[in-house]
Amino acid sequence: MKEVSVLIGGKAGDGISNAGALIAQMLNHLGYYVYQYNDYPSLIRGGHTFAVIRAADRQVSVHQDRVDFLLALDKRTVDQHHDASPACTMIVNVDLVRSSHDGQGISLYAILAAEQAPAIMGNSAVIGAFAKAAGIPWETVAGVFHSHMPKGLEENLRVARRAYDQVQTVRAIEPLDRTARPLLTGNEAISLGLVRAGLSAYVSYPMTPSSGILHFLAEHADRLGLTVIHPENEIAVMLMALGFSYAGRRVAVGTSGGGFCLMTEGLSLAGMAELPIVIVVSQRTGPSTGLPTYTGQADLRFVLHAGQGEFPRFVVAPADANQAYYWSAVAMNLAWKYQIPTFILADKTLSEGQYSLDPENIAAVVAEKPHLWDRTMPYSRYRDMPEGISPLAFPGEKDAIVKVNSYAHDEAGITTEDAGMVSLMAKKRMSKWIGLSFALMDYPAVYVGGKTDAPTALLCWGSVRGACEEVAVALGLRLVQPVVLRPFPAAQMTGAFTGVTRIITVEENADGQLATLAREHGIEAHGDILKYDGRPFTPSELLVRVEEVMAR
Amino acid sequence: MTRTLVTDAGNTWCPGCGNFTIQHALKAVLAEMEAAGKSLDEIVLVSGIGCHAKIADYTNINSFYALHGRAIPVATGIKLANPRLTVICCVGDGDAYAEGLDHLIFAAKRNIDITLVVHDNRVYGLTTGQYTPTSPLGFHGKSTPQGTTEYPINPMELMLASGATYVARGYTKKMALLQQLIAGGIAHKGFAFIDVLQVCATFFNQTAQYNRQVYELAGHDPTSFEAACVKAREWDYNSDAPIALGLLYERERQTFNERVPVPVMTQEVREQGIREVLEQHR
Repeated sequence: MKEVSVLIGGKAGDGISNAGALIAQMLNHLGYYVYQYNDYPSLIRGGHTFAVIRAADRQVSVHQDRVDFLLALDKRTVDQHHDASPACTMIVNVDLVRSSHDGQGISLYAILAAEQAPAIMGNSAVIGAFAKAAGIPWETVAGVFHSHMPKGLEENLRVARRAYDQVQTVRAIEPLDRTARPLLTGNEAISLGLVRAGLSAYVSYPMTPSSGILHFLAEHADRLGLTVIHPENEIAVMLMALGFSYAGRRVAVGTSGGGFCLMTEGLSLAGMAELPIVIVVSQRTGPSTGLPTYTGQADLRFVLHAGQGEFPRFVVAPADANQAYYWSAVAMNLAWKYQIPTFILADKTLSEGQYSLDPENIAAVVAEKPHLWDRTMPYSRYRDMPEGISPLAFPGEKDAIVKVNSYAHDEAGITTEDAGMVSLMAKKRMSKWIGLSFALMDYPAVYVGGKTDAPTALLCWGSVRGACEEVAVALGLRLVQPVVLRPFPAAQMTGAFTGVTRIITVEENADGQLATLAREHGIEAHGDILKYDGRPFTPSELLVRVEEVMAR
Repeated sequence: MTRTLVTDAGNTWCPGCGNFTIQHALKAVLAEMEAAGKSLDEIVLVSGIGCHAKIADYTNINSFYALHGRAIPVATGIKLANPRLTVICCVGDGDAYAEGLDHLIFAAKRNIDITLVVHDNRVYGLTTGQYTPTSPLGFHGKSTPQGTTEYPINPMELMLASGATYVARGYTKKMALLQQLIAGGIAHKGFAFIDVLQVCATFFNQTAQYNRQVYELAGHDPTSFEAACVKAREWDYNSDAPIALGLLYERERQTFNERVPVPVMTQEVREQGIREVLEQHR
């Protein structure tokens, strides 16, 4: 197995995450699978920010604590990260780092002065120096800059070249014989997955860590045929989106926990009015404002139960960009097939992490046509039909009077308090659970990895799967990740646990929310590993904790 | 007329309720529109929650019976999704001025091409009599038995300040004028705001006061913002001052839906777009 990890750190405003993305692309162009983790505080300038780029000859979706290269734009990067990787190769900015650690120094000040370049281009010097230290051919560096440097290309290249020429190759990274793959953040993968299934409008109010979807779709709105709206608040987001849905446009909204709080009255309306909508909730550390730029998995129960009253919903929690790309499209199709709200439950690790996408290994999903009115009977928006699915018509269609209603209503959509009708319509809505649960049997709703016949299983959900799977492989354990969490894929979970005698849950919350959900469905965990400090599990950290639990 | 404009839902408004007048006026406008060649299939009525909102059940056209305070964002979404639709939004004063005030201001700011009819009876009827943002100071309601301790807001002034491009006030005892204002609002390209002083026969019957105070605008220049401000400030929803009825202000400005065109794209072209974006990320 070949792999290499690079950490680049500095102050917010140094362009660390962009520099990390360029390094990720260089490793991508050496033929490696890549994962990039970005760690940054909630501020615009200052603080400590770093990115870890991990490249391997196999898919990876988590970073490691120990790195091979440490690129320090400032002293704090060395102070904070060197101890975890004492044998690493260092490139330091000697203007700010004057410690006695081994490594090669470059003066950003001198390089920038020589090229008369602005301070923000300092990271290009660090990238150039890293490339030389890692034995990456200059052509690869120049090629990546050409493709991925939106402005100031020539100047940045000169800065990078000057640094490239000042250092020696000390730890060459062996190129692999594979072509480069698209690198996508989880937010970008969710976005493109939605478009694959016909997204035509996205409505959102900015909130970390979901804002990347808004920015990405707004940037590509023309090319992808989208209406992208940023309204006054999340209440308007949800209701405006339901207006789009009523009018027949495939629509999604995105937010994080606090914004989703404001969306819940509209969510319940979607449930009652049977309006299709996709809701992306990307979790961060809570409660309340919490840690805006750090991760968490504490909103599972919230999303499963949000909104007054009872109505069917679909909740999927992808682990990486590849699952996100596939399941976001599925979520859109299911929303329209069953005329229900569907959720993509992400977290900061997934949303803002960058992954190698394997489009050829992701199952095809096409934009499926919903059940439309065929004009044989007079139109009734809530006609009682098998599986609870009433044919859709949209306002503007000839001879269809389309009435949707937040009140209890009859088949025509007119308010009613009649006990029989109220009960009939509730049954109609709730019967969608049955069809939806059956439909799930056709999808890979539960992922099983690691040693798939091992008697001890790690049970996890969402982005934590990256670390769990590596630990499972290392310790010979089974790994079970329910990708779909509502409806609970009970049959597939039973199959996944066949022969298992011991289950250990791993979650980034304090309550063990998946553990209690599994218990409701007769799956009893024998130990749990929880983390709620906003930082994602790394495999090395998790390995120690799994061994502790197993030794009990 | 190709269809009856009233559904067979049983009407539960109180006898003497001003909502009847608003519905009659709206029906008359719809009939006129149909006679002029507009298909009723292309009209959508969006309502909030409250006595007024039953108009969605009673009127036999496309409707979205939304949430309290949330009719405006729904109407905005519908218009953006399909600008060919004529979107009429009926809301109460609690909807527009309390629960959904942010949406009201943004609708005016954006100049979204919808028509907003505020059934402003200045009392919460369906919840059996509490004060609203336009109730006069000292209003005795079930939540304020000693009388309210806050002044009403003046929605006309608020809408002028927020950028509304059609600002009018009607009164449910002046049906012909009301009909004219609604028709004018629908014909207006942009955000049309009509505050309708509506009599609540049960909880706040202001008929006598209104009849004493109201007058129909004559010789007023609705293109003058300054003149509109003077008329808007003449009565502050609290005093015994004269109440101007009619069109206070109208101007042309590009609409939100014109600035946010509907993308016309097949799924095949979208998929080509996805491939291009993926290639950029390689």
